[in-house]
Amino acid sequence: MDRLDRLRGPEPPRPHDARAIAALAANPGCARRAVLDAAGVDKDAVATHLGFPAPFGRSPFAITRGDAFEALVKEGGGAELLRLLRELLGLPLPLAGYTDLADVGGNPSAHLRHSHTRRLIDRAARDAGEAATLYDHPLLRLEIAGYHSYLEPDVVAFQLGGRFHIVEIKSFAVVDGQAEPDKVAAAARQAAVYVLALSTLLAELGHDPSRVSHEIVLVCPENFANRPAATLVDVRRELAVLRRQLARMTRVGAIVEPLPDTLTFDLGRDDGGVPRRPVAELRSAVREVGARYAPDCLNTCDLCFFCREEAAEAGATDLLGRQVRDELGGVATVAEALALADGSLAPDDDRAEIARLLRLADRLYAEVS
Amino acid sequence: MSTLSALARLRALREGRAQRLATVRHCHLSDRPMVLIPLRLAGEAAAPLAAMAGTDPDHPRLLVVPQPRDRDLRFAFTAELAEVVLPYVEGLQKATETVERRGAEPYERCVDAPQLLVPNPAGVTFVQLLGRSTRFRRAEGPYAVHPSVPVLGRWLTFFGRRAQYPGSVLLAAATDLLSLHWATGQSALEDANLASLLGWIDPPPGMSGASAAREAEDPLVWPPAGPATDPGFDAEVLAPAIRAYQEAPGERAAAAVAAAVRSQLEPTWRLMWRAVDLLRALPPGGGAAARWEGDRTAFTAFAAQLAEGAPPQPRRDGAVAAAARLARMERARAVYDAQRAFDDPLVMAGHRLAGEAFTGTVVAAEPDRTEGEGRGRKLRPLLVVRTGDPVRLAAGARLATPARRGQRADVVDVAGGEVTLKIVKGMGRGTTATPGAVPQVGEVVCYAALTDEYQPPAALPAPEETPWTHGGPPPEYVPAEDDAEEDWS
Ligand code: SF4
Repeated sequence: MDRLDRLRGPEPPRPHDARAIAALAANPGCARRAVLDAAGVDKDAVATHLGFPAPFGRSPFAITRGDAFEALVKEGGGAELLRLLRELLGLPLPLAGYTDLADVGGNPSAHLRHSHTRRLIDRAARDAGEAATLYDHPLLRLEIAGYHSYLEPDVVAFQLGGRFHIVEIKSFAVVDGQAEPDKVAAAARQAAVYVLALSTLLAELGHDPSRVSHEIVLVCPENFANRPAATLVDVRRELAVLRRQLARMTRVGAIVEPLPDTLTFDLGRDDGGVPRRPVAELRSAVREVGARYAPDCLNTCDLCFFCREEAAEAGATDLLGRQVRDELGGVATVAEALALADGSLAPDDDRAEIARLLRLADRLYAEVS
Repeated sequence: MSTLSALARLRALREGRAQRLATVRHCHLSDRPMVLIPLRLAGEAAAPLAAMAGTDPDHPRLLVVPQPRDRDLRFAFTAELAEVVLPYVEGLQKATETVERRGAEPYERCVDAPQLLVPNPAGVTFVQLLGRSTRFRRAEGPYAVHPSVPVLGRWLTFFGRRAQYPGSVLLAAATDLLSLHWATGQSALEDANLASLLGWIDPPPGMSGASAAREAEDPLVWPPAGPATDPGFDAEVLAPAIRAYQEAPGERAAAAVAAAVRSQLEPTWRLMWRAVDLLRALPPGGGAAARWEGDRTAFTAFAAQLAEGAPPQPRRDGAVAAAARLARMERARAVYDAQRAFDDPLVMAGHRLAGEAFTGTVVAAEPDRTEGEGRGRKLRPLLVVRTGDPVRLAAGARLATPARRGQRADVVDVAGGEVTLKIVKGMGRGTTATPGAVPQVGEVVCYAALTDEYQPPAALPAPEETPWTHGGPPPEYVPAEDDAEEDWS
């Protein structure tokens, strides 16, 4: 049995969505997350069983609105989307076809669906005509930390004259040409994941990977209406960051190697699906793999409350955020930083500079507050 | 973030309680602020779901949209919000004072101004969006709305834009005001949660700030302070209530939605007034009143524009207006930073740690030193200050000092824990220093590379002379027919 399968236990691996991968790249130094994700562990279920359920819920209103907007954009077999693309690119695009790649019949495995996507993309890349083709829900995959991960297919790939664009549909509004910057940034990071996955696929098929445009098409509702509007977003920077971080990301193999053979994150579900694994046991299993908590985890990782608690127990300065850590010159624990500040701990050479600043800060604080 | 505030966060963790970051209050606080807590329907840009508003802690006004997707109900909500906000804003325009100016016409300024307090920065953004979605509406024609709606829209837009101005508090987020004065033992990201921030600052008796903050993260105990609602609440309580209203619209169903959102708003309402009390208990710093004067001037000017029938604010600024605004904001930022440091030794301490300011003892002084010859002879006293602070100032840096506000000095030399200064302004006319203007040997002084001086605005072309590289002269805003009819779905 594969090592990662054993870590996960008998449950089927969880597919990754681009959001998770974008977030994974945001905290590339966290071994815990890398291992759990590579093994396809259901982190949410693990966090819940540990007594630290993730704080992420999606409101039914947001889901309904998102679905309704997506349906609106894809209306009429892609006709509306094509109209938007025509306007955006200023091209008289005839529509050659709209293919929903999720339509494979039955409930085939991710592997089969991926092969289906591969075949169709290959064909599109070979005999690209002047007409546009829309591929909805392409099932792409990406190599993450040495393992292939399938991506949740929630984008449209658009092919014209042998060039591909990733189209991302989001339901946040663009008001007078402006949207919330962090939402646009998140959308760009996610789209970059698909751009990378699609160009990798083209390369595997022997085509030129640069046929995937680094400009993605972002479709959002405009102003306060439900009317969609499309914009081109250049994701070159996000792509570069993603590439670099995926490459730099500690190879999971190297992290998994020294772990005890018997280690597993299996929840020990009974026949009714209820997790039966003793919590203490699961806790020590999770703690076998080192984490690197940062407050950003609170927005991106299901295990955030668990890891935060762990950081708090350890008195880690990570708890206070990267900016504070930077100000503290990387001093790792609260106790050490405070001891340097009140002079009860003599600094080593590396810490002399920050210790001097902290002592001065301590003196000033006492003097003026 | 400075080493000082980092240390304050560490201390907060150790003490289990927030630590002071300021010895005085750096924001004006109105005697009668209006608290406004807006809620938005999840997934929508600016669909109001409810709001709790008012100036009396004991009598909040609850406004509810029982079906947030219904356009007419939304406009009924904004008209109702106008009923709360406009009388407050208009009432403050009545009493004015005459401001005399040297070399210019005196002008009238309102003696007080409104202050809207929302829980967090997302609340400020929502006020802006609500202003944007209502200011172009019209009282006649198709899709007519109540006449108060576009007026409210212009006011909210004014408040929203003013909120971006450093040091302005006509519209402010409670979490921002509190974070300016206290450091917690958690991250800045977590401080954006009003309940958990207040947990650190003012934990219930017998509870540590850390545990109060943790408890505050439970949406069942402390519902989010908006505009986003708790997804669990949406699914289990709100969605069924709205559905019931949809199926059988009527007072009973509307009351059920109102009761549901009230449960989400009331805890935050109480927190907001606790925040007001905590801030009020701090002694005000001098600069806060000066900045409030600026707010009052802006308020008076906008009220006059509105009275003269000015069109709604444009969707976007033209290039020149945007550049001028940016330059104004940069200057305001510099003045704001300087004033806070001059008002507050704790804030100054942060600058001292960064090497931009220092405190020390005068070890030598030449108060009557002059430079130049004959008629060009100028008084230029020299000072040598011994300090233990890590000074990082270059020769020529222009300094000011909190003890003598009009004084300016240039750094001549920094060496071996001694700073040599040359006083260039604010030491007296002629060739003898005014008694007391130049610090004496033995006096403890503080100098900082900060300035709260008025600086003349950068020269920018008039809007009609906008260079083509910046889009050329902006078209004058002409209210377009479809502005008022814009969808709001
Ligand atoms: S929450 Fe924990 S596991 Fe997740 S990224 Fe952060 S430190 Fe790693």
